Amino acid sequence: MTDFSRLGVAAIRDGVANGEFKAVEVAEALNTRVAAAKALNAFIVETPEMAVAAAQAVDADRAAGKPLGKMAGVPIGMKDLFCTEGVQTTAASHMLEGFVPTYESTVSANLWKAGAGMLGKLNLDQFAMGSSNETSYFGNVISPWRRNDGGNAALAPGGSSGGSSSAIAARLCPAATGTDTGGSIRQPAAFVGISGIKPTYGRCSRWGIVAFASSLDQAGPMARDVRDCAIMLEAMAGFDPKDPTSLDLPVPAWEAGLNSDLKGKRIGIPREYRLDGIDEDIAKMWDNGIAWLKDAGAEIVDISLPHTKYALPAYYIIAPAEASSNLARFDGVRFGLRDLPEGAGLQDMYAATRAAGFGEEVRRRIMIGTYVLSAGFYDAYYTQAQKVRALIARDFENAWASCDLILAPTTPSAAFGLGEKNADPLSMYLNDVFAVPASLAGLPAMSVPGGLDKQGLPLGLQIIGKALDEQAVLNAGLAIEERSGFTAEAGEWW
Amino acid sequence: MSEYRIQGNTGEWEVVIGLEVHAQITSESKLFSGSSTGFGAEPNSHVSLVDAAMPGMLPVPNRECLRQAVRTGMAINAQINRWSRFDRKNYFYADLPQGYQISQLYHPIVGEGEIEVTLNEKDPDSPTKKIGIERIHVEQDAGKLMHDQHPTMSFVDLNRSGVALMEIVSRPDIGSPQEAGAYLKKLRSILRYVGSCDGNMEQGSMRADVNVSVRKPGGELGTRTETKNVNSIRFMMQAIEYEAQRQVDLIESGGAVVQETRLFDPNKMETRSMRSKEDAHDYRYFPDPDLLPVELDDAFLEECRASLPELPDAKRTRYEALGLTAYNAAVLTAEAETAFWFEDLLAEGVDAKQASNWLMSELFGALNKLGKTLDESPVNPKQAAELLGLVADGTISGSIAKQVFEIMLETKQGASAIVEEKGLKQTNDTGAIEAEIAKIMAANEDKVTEYRSGKDKLFGFFVGQTMKAMQGKANPGVVNQLLKAKLG
Repeated sequence: MTDFSRLGVAAIRDGVANGEFKAVEVAEALNTRVAAAKALNAFIVETPEMAVAAAQAVDADRAAGKPLGKMAGVPIGMKDLFCTEGVQTTAASHMLEGFVPTYESTVSANLWKAGAGMLGKLNLDQFAMGSSNETSYFGNVISPWRRNDGGNAALAPGGSSGGSSSAIAARLCPAATGTDTGGSIRQPAAFVGISGIKPTYGRCSRWGIVAFASSLDQAGPMARDVRDCAIMLEAMAGFDPKDPTSLDLPVPAWEAGLNSDLKGKRIGIPREYRLDGIDEDIAKMWDNGIAWLKDAGAEIVDISLPHTKYALPAYYIIAPAEASSNLARFDGVRFGLRDLPEGAGLQDMYAATRAAGFGEEVRRRIMIGTYVLSAGFYDAYYTQAQKVRALIARDFENAWASCDLILAPTTPSAAFGLGEKNADPLSMYLNDVFAVPASLAGLPAMSVPGGLDKQGLPLGLQIIGKALDEQAVLNAGLAIEERSGFTAEAGEWW
Repeated sequence: MSEYRIQGNTGEWEVVIGLEVHAQITSESKLFSGSSTGFGAEPNSHVSLVDAAMPGMLPVPNRECLRQAVRTGMAINAQINRWSRFDRKNYFYADLPQGYQISQLYHPIVGEGEIEVTLNEKDPDSPTKKIGIERIHVEQDAGKLMHDQHPTMSFVDLNRSGVALMEIVSRPDIGSPQEAGAYLKKLRSILRYVGSCDGNMEQGSMRADVNVSVRKPGGELGTRTETKNVNSIRFMMQAIEYEAQRQVDLIESGGAVVQETRLFDPNKMETRSMRSKEDAHDYRYFPDPDLLPVELDDAFLEECRASLPELPDAKRTRYEALGLTAYNAAVLTAEAETAFWFEDLLAEGVDAKQASNWLMSELFGALNKLGKTLDESPVNPKQAAELLGLVADGTISGSIAKQVFEIMLETKQGASAIVEEKGLKQTNDTGAIEAEIAKIMAANEDKVTEYRSGKDKLFGFFVGQTMKAMQGKANPGVVNQLLKAKLG
């Protein structure tokens, strides 16, 4: 009997289409795996009946000879930042506990239209703010990976899409949605040895995704290989008139365009990413990546992105500034938590509701954002950060004169243990140092597995492309995937 | 324009006024959502997910609202900014679901322009003054709190939440309550001509924030106060008068004006403090990251310009060229509705002078008596043209026309039908008129003698008597002619 947990998106889609197995069999097998993996805490809500219902619809369509969608019969996990009609949507916050939207986000609706089914809503860092999943109100997700030191230290699955990364690595689902504001798809993908792509800003509609930082938020797929990412991105992307920043462009046939022959492509290696004291394993993996791409026919060039060191500070001004305003709507008036102490007035209600509803990291970022937008500080922080953002975008523009893609590590280190970094927010923020520049510039960027470190933990290689050139990014990812021989998996300890 | 001065104990004071007028943009749907802007609906019946700021909702700009703002800018000869941007104004209040108002602080869609006002628009000799416009920007309205629905709670109605407003900001060029009134009237008239706002102050479609300061004539600007949300021209003038006097009294008694926000209480006819600068909000304005900058292309601007109607100042000049008096031209153009009524009469073939005289004396008089506005007139331009046509072609006399018009107002019958039915046709039958003239001269021999010995004024008496005898139906021209011949 087929072990459906070992099949990816393409394999399930093709198997269902060819009649090798029924979509319902896949859904039921994965429902069982989800239900048995509570120890990972990857799901906030499980929706086995929805996975089955979607699968039944696909099976019925196939039986009736109707054309099947791009994701027909593929059960997936949905990051709990996407509003789903009739299913609790929390952003992993107490603030939205019990909130059941009457509407479906554009991206999730696109996936259902393509024939995917929902296994459940995946845990994440609260309001997508975090790099370890430790800020979730519903408890942190645990990575299925363990260090090879024989210890049982629980490791971070990365964040904010940590439920997504953990569930895919643990083979609870072949793919899941993620959102990336400053690395929230790429960093968790790197931490658990899977692939994930953040497309060009505007490719995927933001409508119905609980907003963190509007000018940076972008949805994307996470899966176990590059092809699966390409398939799922095709299903997710597309112009949406309900999102004013949505790009009015046709969705390319990325899967059909996959080609790992990189002849004629120039790969830029940014010297500023080679930080002093760079992790030895990371440096080695990066060198391997360079060798693989060369082997695939690409030319390697040295490039400079001179403003890289200002990216992280700029990001931690812009993202909190937008968040402080985006999260103002959680006020206890119309939906979500309301804390109305006896005899309280409106202001008291705001204070009590927001103090009780938001976790510490969310409150910290609201405070930072409020501060940097305040009269007297606005120019010194926000305006300055926007200038830096423009310079970072220009760095990339200049780089494209001499290269077509950029290769860098996804993160400065492998996954850390839960609790190791949360005492010091700054060291946590440093995790995003390689991910943030592409976010600020709105460029497509992908993480693919690059190898294991000395502790036996996965590391990710990041490919950054020109705006709208997801195809080149996916192709380089495929070239790496074909050469890295990355087959490592987490042991099934749960 | 007017030398408005407040007499204080320490001498004369000058008043400096600037107005920020919020005008609701005429549009079917809201600024960033498809919800209706209809007035007077059940609470919370015009509220979309976007208006209620549900999680994950995004604003989508309504081009029609931007178009109306651009057309308004063009109507006041303002600079139109091809590149503008929306900003968020952040503050918490229960009537503000997003926790911020989407507005335009840094890059408004319309820049500097001006409006020429006359203190008395109906007096052609009244001096004029140009009031500078600093900017027009587009922003969202808030919802409404209802405090009278529940003993301990306030309810929120979000029907207005997200409705598009234009904020039209004047320069502090206004020097008296009268000028402020003239400015607001003129602005209202322009908005109604353009069709970008219905100007209905009672329904809150237009309201003004009034900035007032006082200074010794020509001196340094004083500290200003801002009186919020004044919703009638009369109240605004009263608020300025009160506020300027209050500031003078305060300064002269050794106090200082505090920069603050005030409210006008029309019952007590006074302004009072709402909040001072110290507890002013820090709105943390920043560019709305959900929205792209607004870029206007040539075709869009061209369409805006081409769709602008003739504006009051241009109309007035044209009417004078048609032979109307300056006064009539001014009255007919002061309100768009009047001008459109007048032009409908011309379109029906009525002579300009005849149309303007009839409109201003007969129609206005009748409406006044009935307590109706022009929109509610029982007689429409087509019906009026029929009546005036009967006068013009000599079918009835002017005085008969008055009678016919009264019947029209009551019965809504057509003029020709009334004339026919009541036998009011004017007669040119010289024989009949001559017979009556002979009778009148015989009965008034003394007056005939007086007239012939030089008392010319008596001619009117004979005309009156003849018309009366003819029951008003004689052609006055013929009557005059025959009388002149008979009296010698």
